[in-house]
Amino acid sequence: MTSAATAAGDIGPVLAGVLQFLALAAALALAYRPLGDYMARVYSSDKHLRVERWIYKGIGANPNTQMRWPAYLRGVLAFSAVSVLFLYLLQRLQGVLPGSLGFSSIDPDQAFNTAASFVANTNWQSYYGEQAMGHVVQTGGLAVQNFLSAAVGIAVAVALVRGFARSRTGELGNFWADLVRGTVRILLPISVLAALVLVACGALQNFSGIHEVGQFSGGSQQWNGGAVASQEAIKVLGTNGGGYFNANSAHPFENPNAFSNLFEIFLILLIPFSLTRAFGRLVGSLRQGYAILATMATIWVGFTALMMWTEFAHHGPAFEVAGGAMEGKETRFGVAGSSIFAVATTLTSTGAVNSFHSSFTGLGGGITMLGMQLGEIAPGGTGSGLYGMLIMAVIAVFIAGLMVGRTPEYLGKKIGTREIKFAACYILITPALVLVFTAAALALPTPGDSMTNSGAHGFSEILYAYTSASNNNGSAFAGLNADTQWFNSTLGLAMLLGRFLPMVFVLALAGSLAEQKPVPATAGTLRTEKPLFTGLLVGVILIITGLTYFPALALGPLAEGLAS
Amino acid sequence: MDNSVTNTARLLWAGLRTLLVLTAVTGVLYPLAVTGVAQGFFNDKANGSRIRVDGRVVGSSLIGQAYNLPLEEGQETPEPDLRWFQGRPQNGLGTNSVNTRYELILSGATNRSGDNGAVDGACPKDPAQAEEATLCRWVVAARAAVVKDNSVNGHTVEEVPADAVTSSGSGLDPHISPQYAGIQVHRVAERNGLSVDQVQALVDGHTEGRVLGFVGEPRVNVLELNIALGQLVTRS
Repeated sequence: MTSAATAAGDIGPVLAGVLQFLALAAALALAYRPLGDYMARVYSSDKHLRVERWIYKGIGANPNTQMRWPAYLRGVLAFSAVSVLFLYLLQRLQGVLPGSLGFSSIDPDQAFNTAASFVANTNWQSYYGEQAMGHVVQTGGLAVQNFLSAAVGIAVAVALVRGFARSRTGELGNFWADLVRGTVRILLPISVLAALVLVACGALQNFSGIHEVGQFSGGSQQWNGGAVASQEAIKVLGTNGGGYFNANSAHPFENPNAFSNLFEIFLILLIPFSLTRAFGRLVGSLRQGYAILATMATIWVGFTALMMWTEFAHHGPAFEVAGGAMEGKETRFGVAGSSIFAVATTLTSTGAVNSFHSSFTGLGGGITMLGMQLGEIAPGGTGSGLYGMLIMAVIAVFIAGLMVGRTPEYLGKKIGTREIKFAACYILITPALVLVFTAAALALPTPGDSMTNSGAHGFSEILYAYTSASNNNGSAFAGLNADTQWFNSTLGLAMLLGRFLPMVFVLALAGSLAEQKPVPATAGTLRTEKPLFTGLLVGVILIITGLTYFPALALGPLAEGLAS
Repeated sequence: MDNSVTNTARLLWAGLRTLLVLTAVTGVLYPLAVTGVAQGFFNDKANGSRIRVDGRVVGSSLIGQAYNLPLEEGQETPEPDLRWFQGRPQNGLGTNSVNTRYELILSGATNRSGDNGAVDGACPKDPAQAEEATLCRWVVAARAAVVKDNSVNGHTVEEVPADAVTSSGSGLDPHISPQYAGIQVHRVAERNGLSVDQVQALVDGHTEGRVLGFVGEPRVNVLELNIALGQLVTRS
């Protein structure tokens, strides 16, 4: 829309975009302290709410038992395994469940993919929400995992933070208590408020069946109702991303206007950013939390600026004819509102979209992919962003230690051989999944048939799919027809392995740290709360990601971006 | 580590009970409570922001529609009804592939890349030379059609805004840019026997600016504009 003259008195799309970004940052800054402090209290308090006591009674768990890392991990895995199975069965039985709009049951491969996807906080969707999933599966299955997978993520992050904060114990807290508290005290109250704001903007919230609505030029159109606003709220708050409708947050019933758009981006970033404050509180040094926050914010601001620049510049043959990169973007959001959303959703593990990344410029598509490949740590998913970033911090401290020939330490804990092995395994898992599965899909004869675009962009579609699945993002270069047995199965596997294998190493690391005795800081200790460390950390993240993915990116988005 | 079978079973049983209890809270109580408040306080919005004209529902202010002539025999794609303001292209809308007894609106984008259908790094000037169902072909053809349809009575359209020739993310975009509405004014005035000034005033009256001056983009709601246009035509 840059070619068209702007109306008198209008500030123009670029300045409006910058101001929207600043308003968003200001809102996040306002919420940062109170929410961060509140979350720190939630996970360190000894008291249980009455409703929580009832829940513990129903579960039959003692919330005061302390768990060492293997027990904590067993809790995570057992709960998640049951969740996958439950969600799988719910979809397989949809055809006979009442309240399902008469929709048929989901096929086994797609049901597995979807169950894995929602439990792994990925929300990759190979189905069309509005024509496949009825009220029971959406509300009682998918939206429930939006809450619980997010709460599991925060729980694991908190366990790692406790690993740094505690000494000579090995105890990491109680998984069931962390899960329940995160759900009841953090996610649920914010979701209720957020859902009502979204309804007030125009998001649907009803349980209507499929019904006809009249049209202007006669005839009618068919709608299905749904508990859209309540699902949308936790979809973004829990960095899940699975839309009620196929068009996700581009659909006017999920994201009705420009304000709701900015509000949804705010919700996406709210918990991941504020968790750094909770981290600072729990380890007893707010400045350590600020250093992590500064690292995340630097990457976030840089990526958003790059994205706005390339999307406003709209290079690409079809965009040059059109005079703007508006394909796949909604008028009410425009280029700026779509760019800010796209960066927020791929730098977290959200994967919700308000515009379609496949139709972004070549470089814009590359930025969304690179955001995920960083490991979704700026600020990352609910919980997963914090633990991912802390792992990178451990690596950065280790590299700094190598430079000066000193045993590295972080937050008063030695980063020894065992710790660095766990961290190294963590950062190797996702790239291995992405690159191996992408290579396999391209080497085999049939998976390539799923591509909509050919050449470099077709390659990007497949690379994006595995990047998105393994990093638990869930957004798609949706040109790929992913509802095939190959993609449903391999993407489902990538999502589960990409979610739970890293958690094994995070919890192992946490256990190992919690057993240590603290090392006193000396003159030789790297000051990890200083800007120098933030700079080092940003550098380490970019270099590690660059070395891992540059060859693959060169074949896809870079080739496309340079050609146009 | 105690991984005996009974221990695992006990753990899975605890997991299942947790899931069921939390499902009751987040999957039943939560959506019902939100629905209750929403239906009580935001009844109109929670049910789809429908617009009525003379008591008849004509759609939702949030969902874009097509303003086409009825299909003639032998036609596969309907022609636009040029008496009305036209919305954005809807090339990304899908059709039901499962549960096919319904004809639900199926939101969606084209997912075509910027170089889709390009030949030697540029879109062919003649859309017929670009491959079918590619972005290049759609955009070039749409641009030509917008110029042709709206160049009436000695008024030539030269600048076509991007939203006029591209499909939106949902395929259901209810808005167009004020620029796209602006270039349709002469055509709409001619087809309805109104003056250009009358129609321009209508567009100006239906142009919404950015919220607070900076949030979102200036836009015109096509359905609301066409309803007002219909009323203007009936009156004059």
